[in-house]
Amino acid sequence: MAKQKLKQHHINRDWCKGCGICVHFCPKKVLELDEEDKAVAARPEDCIACKLCELRCPDLAIEIETERSE
Amino acid sequence: MAIRDFLRERFFPHMWCPGCGHGIVLNNMLRAIQTLGMSKNEIAMVSGIGCSSRISGYVDFHTLHTIHGRALAFATGLKMSMPELNVIVPMGDGDALSIGGNHFIHACRRNIAMTALVMNNRIYGMTGGQFSPLSGYGTLATTAPYTNIDHGFDVVDLAISAGATFVARTTTYHAKQMADIIREAIIHDGFSVVEIMTQCPTYFGRKNKLGDASNMMEWMKDITTPVGSKAKEENPDLIERGIFVQKELPEYCSEYNKVIERAMKGRS
Ligand SMILES: Cc1ncc(C[n+]2csc(CCOP(=O)(O)OP(=O)(O)O)c2C)c(N)n1
Ligand code: SF4
Ligand code: SF4
Ligand code: SF4
Repeated sequence: MAKQKLKQHHINRDWCKGCGICVHFCPKKVLELDEEDKAVAARPEDCIACKLCELRCPDLAIEIETERSE
Repeated sequence: MAIRDFLRERFFPHMWCPGCGHGIVLNNMLRAIQTLGMSKNEIAMVSGIGCSSRISGYVDFHTLHTIHGRALAFATGLKMSMPELNVIVPMGDGDALSIGGNHFIHACRRNIAMTALVMNNRIYGMTGGQFSPLSGYGTLATTAPYTNIDHGFDVVDLAISAGATFVARTTTYHAKQMADIIREAIIHDGFSVVEIMTQCPTYFGRKNKLGDASNMMEWMKDITTPVGSKAKEENPDLIERGIFVQKELPEYCSEYNKVIERAMKGRS
């Protein structure tokens, strides 16, 4: 399978409830909760597009858009 | 199809508490369905009552939100009249195994083709944190403030001995495994049971001082191990996850059709 490269984090602020699961389990510490307790990508350059945040979000609030690179 | 196309987005954000594992089940169940490439019209979801059972309201399939403990009975009627549907029955541990325990064992025994998802948070979430038959000895609950003295069921052992032909267990921590297992369970032509260990941070977590949702997921990682692992030999307290049973036996709707043919022999 071609390796996935991050294009963009899409975080739905209306759906995110600030549970912190994505922040806690991100292997690269890319995500943080902001002052409104919503997830934000604080260090997108470190993201490896593993999508673990997307799979574990209980609110279906986070989506990782990727571009394919060979 | 993107998984968002399977949602009834008008009901979002959903009603579950922050960090509730039921949302992770919804998330990965939809990923399983997405990989199967089924159309929404081929799927029917039947649920009872409970926080877990609310899942049927959020998906854009055929859905029936029925009564507490009786989802499998409704699902059986539906499947027998429309066997072409893929029937998925999400249930809470209370829904499936206290009030619904009898329906559960008999559905396993009949081997009717459908997928039972037991969303096991080991407590009654919806009604305020009463202990369930899955809470387990020594746990705390609203109705067991001095610790629960009831021993818990093992959902997997129970489903196997009752005759289910596909039996598996996973957790919300193991999201990828969850999607893979649910996919296999849906394809299986017989009664499939998937126990999904999930977190209710609001009641089970808070009562038992297990920390927040992430801490509870770490805990589920720590107390489980893949089926047949060496770790289990060394530490028998570990809970195994993976597929335990996957076997072929005559399926109920197909057998029932044969009964109809036998009874109608020579007549139209
Ligand atoms: C016949 C009947 N008895 C009792 C109830 C009250 N009741 C609603 S949900 C529930 C249990 C919920 O626990 P569980 O099935 O484990 O689901 P959870 O909310 O934890 O996801 C109970 C006892 C009911 N709605 N109907
Ligand atoms: S896991 Fe989802 S709901 Fe929880 S903080 Fe992250 S984006 Fe928000
Ligand atoms: S895709 Fe992986 S690395 Fe990127 S933010 Fe999500 S969990 Fe972190
Ligand atoms: S009470 Fe528990 S099971 Fe119900 S939504 Fe809240 S965390 Fe989930």
